[in-house]
Amino acid sequence: MFDNLLGSFWPYTIDGLILGAIYGLVALGYTMVYGVLRLINFAHSEIFMIGTMASAFVVMVMGVTKPLTGLALVGGLLLLVLAGGAASAGSAMLLERIAYRPLRKRGASRLAALISAIGASLFLQELFALVIIPYVFNRPQQGRNQMGVARIMEKDTLFSIGGAQVRVDQVIIFVAALGMMVLLDLLVNRTKIGRGIRATSQDPETAVLMGVDIDKIVRVTFLIGGLMAGVAGALFVLQFEVTKFSIGFLLGIKAFTAAVLGGIGNLRGALLGGLFLGLIENYGAAIFGSGWKDVIAFSVLVLVLMFRPTGILGESLQQARA
Amino acid sequence: MRPKIARLGGVLAVGVALTVGLAACGGGGDTGSTTGGGDSAAPTTLKIGFMGDLSGESSGIVIPPSNGAQLAVDEYNATNPKVKIEMIKYDSRADATTAVNLAQKAIKDDKVVALVGPAFSGESKQAVPVLEEAKIPNISASATNVDLAKNGWKYWHRVVPNDGVQGPSIADFIAGAAAAKNVFVVDDKSEYGKGLADAVRAQLKTKGATVSDDALDPNATDYSSTVNKAVSAKPDAIFFGGYYAGAGKLLKQLRDKGVQAKFFSGDGSLDKGIIESAGAAQAEGALIGCPCRIPTSAETDEKVKKFAADYKAKFGADPLIYATEGYDAMTAFTKAIAGGATTADAINEAVGKSDFDGISKHISFDPTGEPSAKSIYMYQVKDGQIGLLGDTTTAKLS
Repeated sequence: MFDNLLGSFWPYTIDGLILGAIYGLVALGYTMVYGVLRLINFAHSEIFMIGTMASAFVVMVMGVTKPLTGLALVGGLLLLVLAGGAASAGSAMLLERIAYRPLRKRGASRLAALISAIGASLFLQELFALVIIPYVFNRPQQGRNQMGVARIMEKDTLFSIGGAQVRVDQVIIFVAALGMMVLLDLLVNRTKIGRGIRATSQDPETAVLMGVDIDKIVRVTFLIGGLMAGVAGALFVLQFEVTKFSIGFLLGIKAFTAAVLGGIGNLRGALLGGLFLGLIENYGAAIFGSGWKDVIAFSVLVLVLMFRPTGILGESLQQARA
Repeated sequence: MRPKIARLGGVLAVGVALTVGLAACGGGGDTGSTTGGGDSAAPTTLKIGFMGDLSGESSGIVIPPSNGAQLAVDEYNATNPKVKIEMIKYDSRADATTAVNLAQKAIKDDKVVALVGPAFSGESKQAVPVLEEAKIPNISASATNVDLAKNGWKYWHRVVPNDGVQGPSIADFIAGAAAAKNVFVVDDKSEYGKGLADAVRAQLKTKGATVSDDALDPNATDYSSTVNKAVSAKPDAIFFGGYYAGAGKLLKQLRDKGVQAKFFSGDGSLDKGIIESAGAAQAEGALIGCPCRIPTSAETDEKVKKFAADYKAKFGADPLIYATEGYDAMTAFTKAIAGGATTADAINEAVGKSDFDGISKHISFDPTGEPSAKSIYMYQVKDGQIGLLGDTTTAKLS
């Protein structure tokens, strides 16, 4: 039972870390919005989906027929990440403007916002299945089918650790994900806008009295969360080369789990939770078979929450000190 | 208040059921008497239905057989027969309740004498009893559930071998033509995928092959743990039981990790989507079994070639999955009618005695309605296209 895991420990670990990095990036969006608004933004999984779609669209428009090399590859990758990030950040802000701000202004309950989030999520999925995929991607009557994306980079092995071959694309994904998180951590902890975010999450009313523009802070929060999800979407497309109108659903649940696991509202917790979840899933699959992957992951979540109800790091965004 | 409403609902439901039941009986009687009495003045046009998901998510595998059936009708009518045939389409959207209602409409309002369909096993289970009661002969071109033949239905037939035939035939091919001794079998945990994979596993074991297995979630994207298992199992062949979306993702990730074992799957993966999802380079050489006979661009059989050309001329598209089976199912009816049968009962009797070379296979039925020919075909991805390799019992790997 365990010999499978021990026999190929490194391959499972590497794959777990790569997947975990993507979970972590998406988890940031859940955790930030929760920190500032105390709202679980269930439409965030669709923001991620939009990121994958934008990247897939770029690949389609570039008309890639064989993997790029050299400068073209660097440019292509940048374009992919920019398109994913911009599309997701834009839609996240639009979502906030249309689905959440009107409710917030009228003092609606948090439950109303939650329903609005679920509604927005369904709306976005159907919008892609019925309109955008058939017409923009020119795939009539195939809106609900899985969509393949052309390969833009050769997946060569870069180096190996203990029998596990690490590919270039995996290194890019891991480094990019970690880089994004370090930048975000600096932004929240070292800049004026970051201080505003922290102040709002700690006590919105006092923050207003101190001259913080709450609307702006909320906008920025959605922008950053969306940006992270969009970059995650681009990296996802780079790694798996497929997308679908409902691609965000399962990944969204996993990322949300990662956020809770790490301590919701906690930025570093989101990253840690993501990596932890990615590893647990893969180790669990190695021991019990891949069919048990989700069972293992969620059992661990329950266990962790039993002993640490606030997640691994526990501390939330509001208490983070610069 | 609640229990009262529930009770009222119950009474209503019973009432509706009774009415429907009576209506169905009446409908059956009606059909018998009108067509029975019609011997003196034979009707010049008979109606035959086609039922299946014509507009929903699975319409991709129902529109081709519907076109095939239409082609058979048009070819028959073009011979200027005494009795012409009109085909009426019933779009069940793969929903069993809709299928039942449409079956009643077909019997009562349209007075069909026969029906091609229902397309899928789930809807067949519900709608065939209605047809059976009204004594309307029906032939499905694509329902493959094993249990359908075990209901003692007298008016039901199908022109595809069932799921119980496919798995063992593919396993025989893996152990035989592909000469694999160590096989890694993965399923997608669905009723179809697991059933097929289990049949393959069992048959492979009787052939003395080593079988290791795993399962994956078709909605997930990261299959690295399954791929890592395959890496350590070092198999000669891999079989996946499930649909093309999962198959494509799995195949790509296997090849990217350097697993070069022959990749096999069943009819759920027989879709060009597998090539798109896996990538042309990764999908190359993948082998897919299917009870269906699809004409390919490299077709050598003259009859199939002509069918494909006629189909393309009429519908502007290549005949895809189950198109030939739809044609053959309808041909069984047109032959019965050409032979002089004009009542539902007479058609059923003639269909039961069918014995002709169809496009997909030789068409004849055993008493339960199952096709006598049990061929499973093997397809292979070559140069980015799915091509026919041949019957699993005779096909060879190059």
